[in-house]
Amino acid sequence: MFGRLSWSAIPFDQPIVMGTCATVGVVLLVIFALVTIKGWWPYLWREWITSVDHKRIGAMYMILGLVMLVRGFSDALMMRSQQALAAGHAAGYLPPEHYDQVFSAHGTIMIFFVAMPFVIGLMNFALPLQLGVRDVAFPVLNSVSFWLTAAGVLLVNLSLFVGEFARTGWLAYPPLSELAYSPGVGVDYYLWSLQLSGLGTLLSGINLTTTILKLRAPGMGYKRMPVFCWTALASNLLIVAAFPVLTATFAMLLLDRYCGFHFFTNDLGGNPMMYVNLIWIWGHPEVYILILPAFGVFSEVVATFSGKPLFGYRSMVLATMAICVLSFMVWLHHFFTMGAGADVNAFFGIMTMIIAVPTGVKVFNWLFTLYGGRVRFTVPIYWTLGFIVTFVIGGMTGVLMAIPPADFVLHNSLFLIAHFHNVAIGGVVFGVMAGMTYWFPKAFGFKLNERLGKAVFWCWFIGFYLAFMPLYALGLMGATRRMQHYPNTHWQPLMLVALAGAVVILLGIALTVVQIVVSIRQRHANRDRTGDPWNARTLEWSIPSPPPAWNFTRLPYVERADAYWHMKEEGVSGRAAPASLVDLHIPRNTPVGVFLAFFAVIAGFALIWRIDWLAVVGLVGAVVVVLREYWKTERERTVPAEEVAAFERAHGALPEVGHDDREVRVTSGVQS
Amino acid sequence: MSAGEQALPLVPGVPLALRGPAPVRVVAGFGFWLFLLSDIIIFAALFATYSVLSGSTAGGPSAAELFDKRHVFMETLCLLASSVTCGFGLLALNRTDARALYFWMAITFVLGVCFLTMEGREFASMVAAGAGPSRSAFLSGFFALVGTHGLHVSLGLVWLAVMLLQVVTLGFRPMVSRRFFCFALFWHALDIVWVGVFTIVYLGAK
Amino acid sequence: MMLASCREGVLDPQGPVGQAERVILGDATAIMLAVVIPVIVLALVFAWWFRAGNRRATYRPEWDYSGRIELIIWAIPALVILFLGGIAWISSHELDPPKPLESAKSALEVEVVSLDWRWLFVYPHEHIATVNYLVVPTGVPVHFRLTSTSVMNSFFIPQLGSQIYTMPGMTTQLNLQADKPGIYEGLSAQFSGPGFSDMRFTLRAESGEGFAAWLAQVRAESGVLNEPVLAQLVRPTRAAGELTYGSVPQDPFEMVAGGHVATLWSPKEAL
Repeated sequence: MFGRLSWSAIPFDQPIVMGTCATVGVVLLVIFALVTIKGWWPYLWREWITSVDHKRIGAMYMILGLVMLVRGFSDALMMRSQQALAAGHAAGYLPPEHYDQVFSAHGTIMIFFVAMPFVIGLMNFALPLQLGVRDVAFPVLNSVSFWLTAAGVLLVNLSLFVGEFARTGWLAYPPLSELAYSPGVGVDYYLWSLQLSGLGTLLSGINLTTTILKLRAPGMGYKRMPVFCWTALASNLLIVAAFPVLTATFAMLLLDRYCGFHFFTNDLGGNPMMYVNLIWIWGHPEVYILILPAFGVFSEVVATFSGKPLFGYRSMVLATMAICVLSFMVWLHHFFTMGAGADVNAFFGIMTMIIAVPTGVKVFNWLFTLYGGRVRFTVPIYWTLGFIVTFVIGGMTGVLMAIPPADFVLHNSLFLIAHFHNVAIGGVVFGVMAGMTYWFPKAFGFKLNERLGKAVFWCWFIGFYLAFMPLYALGLMGATRRMQHYPNTHWQPLMLVALAGAVVILLGIALTVVQIVVSIRQRHANRDRTGDPWNARTLEWSIPSPPPAWNFTRLPYVERADAYWHMKEEGVSGRAAPASLVDLHIPRNTPVGVFLAFFAVIAGFALIWRIDWLAVVGLVGAVVVVLREYWKTERERTVPAEEVAAFERAHGALPEVGHDDREVRVTSGVQS
Repeated sequence: MSAGEQALPLVPGVPLALRGPAPVRVVAGFGFWLFLLSDIIIFAALFATYSVLSGSTAGGPSAAELFDKRHVFMETLCLLASSVTCGFGLLALNRTDARALYFWMAITFVLGVCFLTMEGREFASMVAAGAGPSRSAFLSGFFALVGTHGLHVSLGLVWLAVMLLQVVTLGFRPMVSRRFFCFALFWHALDIVWVGVFTIVYLGAK
Repeated sequence: MMLASCREGVLDPQGPVGQAERVILGDATAIMLAVVIPVIVLALVFAWWFRAGNRRATYRPEWDYSGRIELIIWAIPALVILFLGGIAWISSHELDPPKPLESAKSALEVEVVSLDWRWLFVYPHEHIATVNYLVVPTGVPVHFRLTSTSVMNSFFIPQLGSQIYTMPGMTTQLNLQADKPGIYEGLSAQFSGPGFSDMRFTLRAESGEGFAAWLAQVRAESGVLNEPVLAQLVRPTRAAGELTYGSVPQDPFEMVAGGHVATLWSPKEAL
């Protein structure tokens, strides 16, 4: 009746897990009670849960990423402390059965449920605003994408309390991930939660690519697009091209595990090397999916806070698209040691190095944007400078390992771990933090507390070096990754330093939460009254903060790159005189996303535990939900001209005089 | 939705990239093309896997022993013909000719069902003969690749039925036309994939 | 910290393969530092000099392109990569794991089977076998053929150089050499399950006479590695010690590499 599910699936004998379960349960209960007592459900349902507004969806992605950062980082702390303890004959406190789940969960969560939501959230929020349009190409699909990602998050978190997680590492190589060597539900939790969120991500990729290529303000040709939009385009093209490979590969592993197929098994002709190739054909583009938007954020931030246009716009675009294409031609560098032979290894090593060229070009262009500027040392610039310093070190160690014989002694070592955290934290995390700080006032109408922001930066910066420089050394000393214990007691001091670094980063994460709380309390003092708190250059700053649901009352006409900067120079307002206003039509909210995700979780859970009837319920429910939405004819709602006018007047809009509102003068209203 | 709303009238000579948000039909079609490309990449991964595993018969039956080229030829005729009838149906849709639409799409549906029946029979006989997907890696690759295509055809037929129902209940409004157009793209794309399937799998059988 | 790492592991190689690889590591790092350090310095210097409060700096709000700078920007990384690419091509071929080492002496053949979770070493010409340790003569190239009984592992002796994956049903190859007598730590560098952290072994390099003496001593051991013993060996075991077999009547390597010795884990063993 319940497949493989029974009471023994709940780990009553594991105090850490049960303690976590209790804590999470209490927190959720408190939140639920608070929301109910205060009567916030209608508001939450109407304004957030069923919203198809890209700004709301972007914010929800960021919240999701922040919550999962806490879980992924808890895993990191557990790993660091286990390795700090388990030297020599000491066993630490996490036996392999648990430790192996912890590092698998850490990687899976950080890549799929922290980094991806953060990056997609930023792109969701900023792209339509930078492009000068009202929303993304497919707003309902956008909601579906978010909720499918949330469904994946829910399943991954359920695995902690009901059953177990994969013990295979974050990429689940066969044969270890096959039924013969992973007979439990852990790998199934991994596969189904990633299939769900992967579908959401793919739909996002289609959505945002279409938005960038087909939905831009009039006059915004490709060469007038902000660089962030170019990097987002490259990233989303990569999503569309790479995520299907992940879907297909996981489907094959699922067929092996559920239906007795032999794609990657040891017997009857299966070939585990095929999985390794396929998964990295997805895996390498994935890291560029994450880093390219971060590069885009830095481009925007450097230009804004230098008071200069980005240096070498065309070069940057060329470099971005080169990285996009090349990222598909390097995948084998993840397994030089699998024995493909000198010619193949050398080819992929050289291709990997070639990708360092456009990346290097970008760094130089950022440097020359600073040169000749008037650099304001705001929190986003701190993150940017921290990024430049840190990322080039990570890039260097990457190019180092791109030489196959160098990789032969460093593959899978702590040196490798240090390298990819170097570029992931120094690149992706720093970029997300910069982007969050930069666009926060646009999203919520007030700036984040600057001093706390700088404290957060220093915690991450110092914490990163403390945590990962020892790992570079340990890797050179012969330490491999995923060790639950190790015999060399003289490695322990370095492990302790690494643990200290992790604690400093923990402080940074805690301070981020504090910063948000404090900033909300100080929001009136830090209010953004002009919509342009940074004296910035792109269109999103030409409208009030927060923007209305329809973004631009009148779509701007774009004549050159850095459109808003030139509007300010010429005294052209981004706003419209109330007399010229008409009714606007914007997409209607819909619950299809959350309902679909609900049935997706049911189906996923049922498939994991082999509860056939429940899987059918989930599938049928999902189909019914989709068909209901498919028949909806009222998909837009009207915002009457009076409401638009009222909004414009409330946000310091122009008086009625002037027939041609393009003639009206306006100051840039800089708040520094 | 912002698609279709422009600040400037459509001036001939202004490049497409500068005309502002594209009309809804263009946006929907383009998005669907991207989806089709992503779907084809799923097939690409399955094709690559099939190619790598095609020799791994683990002592079991091989491609040359199993495949009946005449059967495949009949399946191919059904599928290609269904694309032709789908095309006629789409022309009827553009003319808002409901009777012709139902007629051509019904034939498309029937041809699709014929294809699936033949494929289903082929699969069943292979399984009965001990050449099911769990017999060898080669057979796993075959069933996954050809089976995924068949699954797409099945979902396509479901979508076709849904679309015909939408025409009946909602009429020829733009939303329905757009979706039917996307369906036709999907159906033709499945044909293209099938060409790949019968070339690589059946004609390439060793 | 960096100095500590010079006295063990990859930066303290004891054989020609590891030494060649350390040279590559050093040369490549030096070349790249020549670019990386100036970049870091310039980033901080530019940001500081052109800070908004510094009125001595020239503000050029329209300057966003220079052909000459673009040329240099593209050229510097391209040249570095050209050079490193050459190193990559040449060294990939010279240090390709299956490529025999240049030596006047003929290679010692050792077959390696990664078990769950220990290492089996078979000397096919000497008809002996060991578990979790192996002995080789100094100055003699060792030609390894490797396979696995169940999941992927990676055979790695950091102080001797390159690692190579072991995979079930497949054979990989590796060539290493120990130049000086000593004990070198070995491990698996590819995660393989609950006993992974215990998969450590040692390689003892002895002089020619020492190796011969060890061989003679092993042959006098009564242990026989026959099929029943092998069946026990391949069962999931954790943290087991060293074993020696003086007689190996039938080479198990080909059986394992051909996929005839399947090792499956029971759910308890998989835990």
